[in-house]
Amino acid sequence: MSIASKLKEAMVGLKAGCVTLDYPARPRPVAENFRGRPIFDAQKCIGCAGCANNCPAREILVLDVCQEIRILKYLGRRCTYCGRCAEVCPEKAITMSHEYETATNRIGDLRQRLELFMNTCQRCGRCFKESSPLEQLKLKGYRFDDLENERWVFRSRSYLESEPVVEDIQIELD
Amino acid sequence: MLKNLCQKMFGRSLWVYHANSGGCNGCDIEVLNVLTPYYDVERFGIKLVGSPRHADVMLCQGPAMRATARALRCAYDAMPSPKLVFAIGGCACGGGIWHDTYAVLGPVEKVIPVNFYIPGCPPRPEAIIYGVAVAAGLVDKKVAPVEFKQLEMPIPRYHPEDLRGQGEMVVYEKVEKL
Repeated sequence: MSIASKLKEAMVGLKAGCVTLDYPARPRPVAENFRGRPIFDAQKCIGCAGCANNCPAREILVLDVCQEIRILKYLGRRCTYCGRCAEVCPEKAITMSHEYETATNRIGDLRQRLELFMNTCQRCGRCFKESSPLEQLKLKGYRFDDLENERWVFRSRSYLESEPVVEDIQIELD
Repeated sequence: MLKNLCQKMFGRSLWVYHANSGGCNGCDIEVLNVLTPYYDVERFGIKLVGSPRHADVMLCQGPAMRATARALRCAYDAMPSPKLVFAIGGCACGGGIWHDTYAVLGPVEKVIPVNFYIPGCPPRPEAIIYGVAVAAGLVDKKVAPVEFKQLEMPIPRYHPEDLRGQGEMVVYEKVEKL
């Protein structure tokens, strides 16, 4: 009786394989609908800044240098890969890639920066029709985000006052 | 440089301390997932310890918050040097989605120096293993900053002085291809 049970145990022990993934040595594919790091295609981007206004983490900053040049900067630090930027993009310039191996020792490595030419309206420089409250979520137009300090500035007044929108809290450590 | 130093200093088993300073528990679950037999991270000699005094590596999850910043700093100071800090998840790397609210101070960088960043919300267990492998020098990092600058206007411009009348038609002289 006891020998039979021992034999059974040995059979179970022989049958059990290795479940551990051989991950860094062998690549591991992701599911088809996996959302990884967003990739910005500068050739398709028209610079409407819909992605910047829709980003829940306020990751995408927009700076209008002058009438014709707009800088779009994606920081990639606190991105939750929700895919709302790709959803709102009218030109499908943002694709959610399958890239998840983004570990790095410098946080600046995740940055993507596009410098785009903007066409201007012949009459008024740059004009947009008035938006409905629902469309205000996707609002377009001048933006004054601070690229140096990487903060989101929504009202132009706060840029002139050089006063941060969100107060940078000074904390006491020891 | 840093990689060589890491390999020299942390050549043997790494003992990790798992600090959550106000995250949502998503990254915690992924980190604990990494320690399960399926993604067996003990292959690399990594072991979870309960006290920062025993640890070589601190895994930070969650942003630095008003209430926990001081405790996080104390835990960092309690670790014997040389020490490494991993920021795991979007909150620890950049402050998270609520980075501008009252209770959140920002990324853990504001309180303690961070050596490696693993973004994601939460990062996949594979991404965490990849970060560990980058730190151990087994693989190279894949990401690099992207900068793009348009040098010329992508759309041709029309100037009224280039328009010429040809009979009934108006022809634009310097036509460029769209």
